[in-house]
Amino acid sequence: MTTEPTIHASDTVPISLVVNGRPRSMQVAAHRTLLDVLRDDLRLTGAKECCLVGECGACTVILDGRTVDSCLVLAVEADGSEITTAEGLASNGRLTPLQEAFLDEGAVQCGFCIPGQVVSAHALLAANPDPTLEEIQEGLAGNLCRCGCYWQISDAVLATAEGARR
Amino acid sequence: MQPFAYRRPSSLAEAVAILESSGPEARLLAGGTDLIIRLRDGTLRPSVVVDVKGVAELRPGIREDDGRLVIAATTVMTDIMADPRVRRDFTALAEAAAVVGSVQIRNRATLAGNLCNASPAADTSPPLLIYDATLVVHGPGGERRIPLDAFFVRSGVTTLARAELVTAIALPLPPARRGAVHLRRTRRRGHDLASVTLACSVDEHGLTRLAYGSVGPRPVLGVDDSGALADPATPEAEREAILDRLLADASPSPRSMRAGPDYRLAMLRVLARRGIQGASERLANRSTT
Repeated sequence: MTTEPTIHASDTVPISLVVNGRPRSMQVAAHRTLLDVLRDDLRLTGAKECCLVGECGACTVILDGRTVDSCLVLAVEADGSEITTAEGLASNGRLTPLQEAFLDEGAVQCGFCIPGQVVSAHALLAANPDPTLEEIQEGLAGNLCRCGCYWQISDAVLATAEGARR
Repeated sequence: MQPFAYRRPSSLAEAVAILESSGPEARLLAGGTDLIIRLRDGTLRPSVVVDVKGVAELRPGIREDDGRLVIAATTVMTDIMADPRVRRDFTALAEAAAVVGSVQIRNRATLAGNLCNASPAADTSPPLLIYDATLVVHGPGGERRIPLDAFFVRSGVTTLARAELVTAIALPLPPARRGAVHLRRTRRRGHDLASVTLACSVDEHGLTRLAYGSVGPRPVLGVDDSGALADPATPEAEREAILDRLLADASPSPRSMRAGPDYRLAMLRVLARRGIQGASERLANRSTT
């Protein structure tokens, strides 16, 4: 016996966020994810939609100081939070040393995973400014790169930490 | 994702009232790392999603209370693995929390959510079983406590009654000096679900507690209070016979895609031996756990 799926009404909820330093208020349907709202409503397309099950990390953003897979967070859950996306790392058109290191080390091939990688690496260095290679690999284990640039990405994080020590 | 109504109660009483009035149509949302996947793929179609992160009584935190370490329901893996009391007195739990998902998942995933999801492969279940964890549960009838071993039924099914929710996980502080370890097998390094997940503790009186998951419909606890299993002087055949008994409830599914039953059973035995050895070494090296 098959039953027709029941369609329920979704609540529309007012939320207020600070995204990349800018306060934003909007109405969102309860079943929309933070990723959808960032990409479709706020036009911040750095965070990518990819696996949608929390394995690839392409949708990584920083929510109140901690990285999350934004495909697994409802937009309503982020009400009152501060969010940083890949677009919010550079300031006044200047890349961060970490972003420069990604370019210098050749860590960017097709580029699809890179916003997530950079956001995860940024949060890793904020919590642990001088990580070992093993800590980098564990810290970035939730960000897959199908081009296989893992060594170059790790080198970019190591080079950033080394640059900060000098 | 199918639409649903969203509720964010601010008190336990309000949360229980919503669960009572909405019946089985409601689903609880804590970290969301399991729930949102299932909302999206349509295997769950609730009419109401109840976000418990606003409930004052469930706020994240780890505190000592009356000889127990009490972990509030919405405490996330990142905070559990970093807590000095968990690392010192409940080392295997800290180790298990540290291998759940990835950093992004651990920043959202809650301990109560991991237990209520009742995946047989949940890494935090075996450590909590060896540590004799009790769940503090609230429902229409007030508060009750469920020993973790009486909580799991099978994959996705627990003994929580209708309109009940877990508010905290309570761990008795170590009654004796002990060593403990969490071990797992995965298909690859990094981010993966366990093919076998196991925790073992050995205390100064020789009590061995061994718990394992991902080898059957629910995680299993086995106890040797004879002292023989952890005693290197015990003849090997006798120790293997005790292990046979402790591992007897393993019944891996032939349909699981991560590993076949023969491999899981073989690795379970390997991990059990390593677990006893690792826990015994920690017992010898440490004065407090």
